[in-house]
Amino acid sequence: MTNDDNYRTTALIQASLRKRYARERRFRLYGMLAVFAGFVFLFLLLADIVIKGSPAFTQYYIKVTVDFNQDSLDLPQDYTSKDLARADFGAVVKGSLREMFPGVSSRAEKRRLYRLISVGADYSLRDMVIADPALVGKKQDIWLLAHSEASSYLKGQVTAATDEAERKVKDVQMTWLNTLREEGRTELRFNTTFFLAGDSREPELAGIKAALVGSFYTLLVTFCLAFPIGVMAAIYLEEFAPRNRLTDLIEININNLAAVPSIVFGLLGLAVFINFFELPRSAPLVGGIVLALMTLPTIIITSRAAIQAVPPSIQEAALGVGASKLQTVLHHVLPVAMPGILTGSIIGMAQALGETAPLLMIGMVAFIMEVPAGVTDPATVLPVQIFLWADSPERGFTEKTSAAIMVLMAFLIMMNAAAVYLRKRFERK
Amino acid sequence: MQTTTVFLVLIAFCIISFFLGRTRSQLIAKTRGGASLHSLPKHYGYMAAAWALLPSIAILLVWTGLESHLIYNSVISGLPAEVRSLSSDQLGLYYNQLQSFALNQIDEFGLDEGQVAAAQHYREIAASLAYKKALVVLVVAVAGASLALGRIKPALRARNHVENILEWMLFICSFIAVLTTLGIVLSVLFESIRFFQTIPVTEFLFGLQWSPQMAIRSDQVGASGSFGFIPLLVGTVLISIVALLIAVPVGLMSAIYLSEYASRRFRAVTKPVLEVLAGVPTVVYGFFAALTVAPFIRHLGESLGLNVASESALAAGLVMGIMIIPFVMSLSDDIINAVPDSLREASLGMGATMSETIRRVVLPAALPGIVGGILLAASRAIGETMIVVMAAGLSAKLTINPLEAVTTITVQIVTLLVGDQEFDSPKTLAAFALGFVLFFFTLLLNIVALYVVRRYREQYD
Repeated sequence: MTNDDNYRTTALIQASLRKRYARERRFRLYGMLAVFAGFVFLFLLLADIVIKGSPAFTQYYIKVTVDFNQDSLDLPQDYTSKDLARADFGAVVKGSLREMFPGVSSRAEKRRLYRLISVGADYSLRDMVIADPALVGKKQDIWLLAHSEASSYLKGQVTAATDEAERKVKDVQMTWLNTLREEGRTELRFNTTFFLAGDSREPELAGIKAALVGSFYTLLVTFCLAFPIGVMAAIYLEEFAPRNRLTDLIEININNLAAVPSIVFGLLGLAVFINFFELPRSAPLVGGIVLALMTLPTIIITSRAAIQAVPPSIQEAALGVGASKLQTVLHHVLPVAMPGILTGSIIGMAQALGETAPLLMIGMVAFIMEVPAGVTDPATVLPVQIFLWADSPERGFTEKTSAAIMVLMAFLIMMNAAAVYLRKRFERK
Repeated sequence: MQTTTVFLVLIAFCIISFFLGRTRSQLIAKTRGGASLHSLPKHYGYMAAAWALLPSIAILLVWTGLESHLIYNSVISGLPAEVRSLSSDQLGLYYNQLQSFALNQIDEFGLDEGQVAAAQHYREIAASLAYKKALVVLVVAVAGASLALGRIKPALRARNHVENILEWMLFICSFIAVLTTLGIVLSVLFESIRFFQTIPVTEFLFGLQWSPQMAIRSDQVGASGSFGFIPLLVGTVLISIVALLIAVPVGLMSAIYLSEYASRRFRAVTKPVLEVLAGVPTVVYGFFAALTVAPFIRHLGESLGLNVASESALAAGLVMGIMIIPFVMSLSDDIINAVPDSLREASLGMGATMSETIRRVVLPAALPGIVGGILLAASRAIGETMIVVMAAGLSAKLTINPLEAVTTITVQIVTLLVGDQEFDSPKTLAAFALGFVLFFFTLLLNIVALYVVRRYREQYD
């Protein structure tokens, strides 16, 4: 090869290098874009939910001059406390509203006027009067919960800019609400109903307490089953299982179960636990069992990893001083592996907490107002409550849904943070 | 006695037997002139407790499981012949009513005399069964405990005995996984077989029409629903393909960037953040898809002059894609990391750039593993339920246009089974047939994927 040839080759390489470097930079950019896209998706998802959900944590109250007169309460002359409980508080609210806006005369307008206040106001007034019967016959300023539509106008979610036909809050209602606001008769308060009430048909009265308690009972059942069974299975497979076909079968099954769609576990629950064993429908007991079967593979796999990570020297030392195999495992291996096992179990529980589909199959989609008192009461869980609310067309429920999602995510974040914390402590050892 | 009461009594008795066993072993050791026991006293206690608890609790569980069947058979056999000759649906309704009345869940209103009498019969049988159950269980517990207590002597190897029992329990716990699989297979298989007795298999597998409405009366127009599963399959595959088209490029490129280019610190921060996407519950994705992404895509389509359905396959697929990004990412990450560095170094040493090394050396070497990962992601997408239930449609349209509304296997399972249903109608059974297909498909994908991944791992081990 002559010098000239060499020179030409170098020139060729030089010429192609620019292209190759450009390609390199492009490839790198694609990689960064992909990571960035993941971030953007996450951000959009969270931002969307926080923006939609945060208004739900507050509610408007309207100060109404309530006239507890005996006629509109429909009370007999000498009434007893029993009569009070049956009195017509709806009429009181309506009458008081009419008094505040004397100009309202047509039926349609009256109906719109009544829609400013939540139907729940009747019950809060009743409770008030039962607690203090001396109120009857008096007039008093009382803060009453606003209807969800009125609330959404006061919060600025609905404006007069939209075509009147397309919004539920009409122009008249807007003028009334504006008057009330100018008179200082509206107030934004923290929404305690959301945390203290069960489900309701009215968005402003709906809360997540029943669903939260339902989730708690379901997870309790899941944990009580999945944790001991999972840990024991992991101990068996790691420490005692002989190398044979049966063990292989068990391992293959665990790996496959980890990838079975969750809805199939729901079918299992429906066919086996509800139809065959006739356990109650919609109960946290069945939900917990189904979720336990679903999270078992996760717990077994992570527990096995944690047991494997225990240094063999610990086992050998225990065996060397005469401990039996089981004593070695229970007294020495398990305590060391426990943080890892707990990490895996918490992650499994977090999965179970967010799971919806199998619970739909076993009937946990009921409309639950009452807080369940045990594992056999009809109940729903937080993700299913979210699913149910997401299906409601009313605007008020959209914000409730997002707020419930925020609560659910807060729990999940706490659980995962606990898992990360445990793992960190475990690693330091 | 209530089952819970029996259970609590049993637990209490088990604790008592533990103390009895422990004390007795100590006493025996003392009376034999300080003869040393083989095991610690507590092991004798454990043994007594195990003998008291295990057999009796097994009987309790089995009995409780079968109780309702026993009551049912007894009550039905006591009913007059004309009631027993009712169709199974009507008989079921008749029985349910009298059962709820017997359990004081409803009042007498609307029940006939036969039902009230049968309810009385129900109560008697239930009470006597509960009584017998408590008696049998407690007798077994006492017998077990006394048997164990009687066997206590210094030479008895109680520790080995207890450890044997525990090892068996460990084995049973791990066998639950096999039982679960068996339960899944049997429950979907039996109902599917019943379904295929009314609807031929070929119609199900090759039919192009899915409209599972069954007529209430047989003379109604369009009496029998059609159960062709092809539109559901196409819908499922369509949405999964959209999801994979999002998740595979983003997930794979992120994995490549994070494992080959990014600094350790960047990786340590980025990976957990992206994995948050995997921890978000699917119902949240469903909400996001239905209320934010779907309207957005519809408006976007409208502004481009396209006709987009409000429940388009595109919206559901897109959000499902976002959901499986971290899944694809961590699988590919593992696999890319498993490619030996010697391959990279050889390529870089020959003067190839990083991207050339990745494209020509690392990716081809990792390809089987990545394909396995994608298959796993596909099985995830096929089995995903909540996103499609909330964001995909209900009408089974046979189309491959992602802008139209399609329905999927999982959506149909949910719609067929949620709400009130009688258990014998083809509609409900169809859900189990769909479940069977779903289980079978995902199982197949998983087995192939796991096999491919394992083969690939062995290659470089």
